[in-house]
Amino acid sequence: MTDLNISNAKEYTPAEIMVVSAARALAGVRTVFVGVGLPNIACNLARYTVAPDLELIYESGVYGAQPARQPLSIGDPTLVTGATSVISMADLFSLYLQGGLVGVALLGGAQIDRYGNLNTTVIGSYTDPKVRLPGSGGACEIAINAQRVYIIMHLKKRAFVERLDFLTTPGHLRGGTTAQQLGIPGRGPQLVITDKALFDFANAEREMQLVSLHPGVTLDIISAEMGWQVRMAETLSETPPPTADELAIVRGRLSSGSMSQSQIASEA
Amino acid sequence: MVDKRRSLKEAIAEYVQDDLSVAIEGFTAFICFAAGHEIIRQQRLNLTLIRMTPDVIYDQMVAAGVARKLVFSYLGNPGVGPLHCLRRAIEKSIPAPLEIEEYSHYGMVGRYLAGASHLPFFPMRSYLGSEMLRVNEQIKMVNSPYGDDVVAVVPPLNPDVAIIHAQRADKQGNTHVWGLLGVQKEVAFAAHKVIVVVEEIVDESVIRADPNRTLIPGLIVDAVVHVPYGAHPSYVQGYYDRDNVFYLKWDALSRDPERVQAWLDEWVFGLSDHAEYVRKLGTETLERIKPGVAPAANVDYGAYR
Repeated sequence: MTDLNISNAKEYTPAEIMVVSAARALAGVRTVFVGVGLPNIACNLARYTVAPDLELIYESGVYGAQPARQPLSIGDPTLVTGATSVISMADLFSLYLQGGLVGVALLGGAQIDRYGNLNTTVIGSYTDPKVRLPGSGGACEIAINAQRVYIIMHLKKRAFVERLDFLTTPGHLRGGTTAQQLGIPGRGPQLVITDKALFDFANAEREMQLVSLHPGVTLDIISAEMGWQVRMAETLSETPPPTADELAIVRGRLSSGSMSQSQIASEA
Repeated sequence: MVDKRRSLKEAIAEYVQDDLSVAIEGFTAFICFAAGHEIIRQQRLNLTLIRMTPDVIYDQMVAAGVARKLVFSYLGNPGVGPLHCLRRAIEKSIPAPLEIEEYSHYGMVGRYLAGASHLPFFPMRSYLGSEMLRVNEQIKMVNSPYGDDVVAVVPPLNPDVAIIHAQRADKQGNTHVWGLLGVQKEVAFAAHKVIVVVEEIVDESVIRADPNRTLIPGLIVDAVVHVPYGAHPSYVQGYYDRDNVFYLKWDALSRDPERVQAWLDEWVFGLSDHAEYVRKLGTETLERIKPGVAPAANVDYGAYR
């Protein structure tokens, strides 16, 4: 991802403010379920800044990873070497995840709706797909069992949709207490971190609401990239830009490895 | 004790027949490409391919026409992007239609566990509110017999053949694994026949010196095959790194079905076995994927006489 490697510390990229915002939201968190790409950089940045005790959990069966290089995938051997524990996937899902030990899970998707439900399965119909996407992986059970879910996605009209083509991973389902009523133990999506703004679900309807605009982003820009009428939080803030220290870590210690644009796209 | 050592050619010919269900497992690590290539070389037909993450190996096998069905939970080239051959098969029936049966990761793990432990189903907290329930009627919701809780259940999965790659085994198939354990143990216990492919065959005393590292006992193993670099371009912890250059190269070439066929001709049909494949890879590639050293502290099991 070349745009993370620019050298001017006063400027930053949309990817960098996403990473920094996600890292800050992990302040005080003990355990985080990580994906590759931006979530991985965000979790490692949090470990160096606001959450020194953060343990990184990967669905490949790694607890307490301390990767010496940027992992190329969630199954990279650098996650194993130096980890606290390496376990079977059966233990990972049954004991760690379903056992309630995952504080925050970072997820993404090709499509999201206003209640934080995610589609990673198909564009078009399931039986006659226009685009066949990867599917759930562990996302469905991760979203259901993690205590809280943060979603990291680029704000795009084709991704923030009125109606999902397929509901792979439940968020707040149809809003309000519908997820709880169905027996979902986790508290579901709490935060949506995008390249343009931050959203939360802190209202009775559990509907995505705009809480913070990144510097230089207008409401018009947000509206143009959303498939529904955006709901506003009671107070709208401006996202604090990345500090020089945060950028130095992202561009220094966390910039090694070859992270391509296609990798970031494949997180979906 | 029976010596279960076979060549890969013999093991595939004996255990992987047309129409069977085959699970080549290994989560990003330990993916036995050598076995996949030998199945292609022996031109098997109508296989049901089972894998949590089909990866490039099933992309290649489906493109080669050995499969009629895929059972899976994540369809991607890990860290790179989509699997183009599988997408062509699912979206456009090229080269042939491919039936799919889809779960989440935990669903697949639970299916292997139920299969291995002879249970009629495995319960879990997943699928609540997901449309996966709608498109796969094998996944069901049931009421707890002990209260008003509702849980999802998945049925047992017992592949005809499981193929497991690992660091080392003795000639009876007692197998040491370290690194990502994935579902290697569960799928081996669930399968009717088990082929273990290893980087090294070691003396039984090496296995017995560290019994906690024995993930798979020879008791359930039918064939042990010695194939160094047999998991390339995936990796084996401590032996070689993932060849990400290849994964990126596959992403580019697999967009074109003709280039895929040319690749299969050159790297599978054009070679007699995996040893030739490794020679063709060359020392430069092998040097590039060689990891540094990070040994564990010694463990003393104690002598009790």
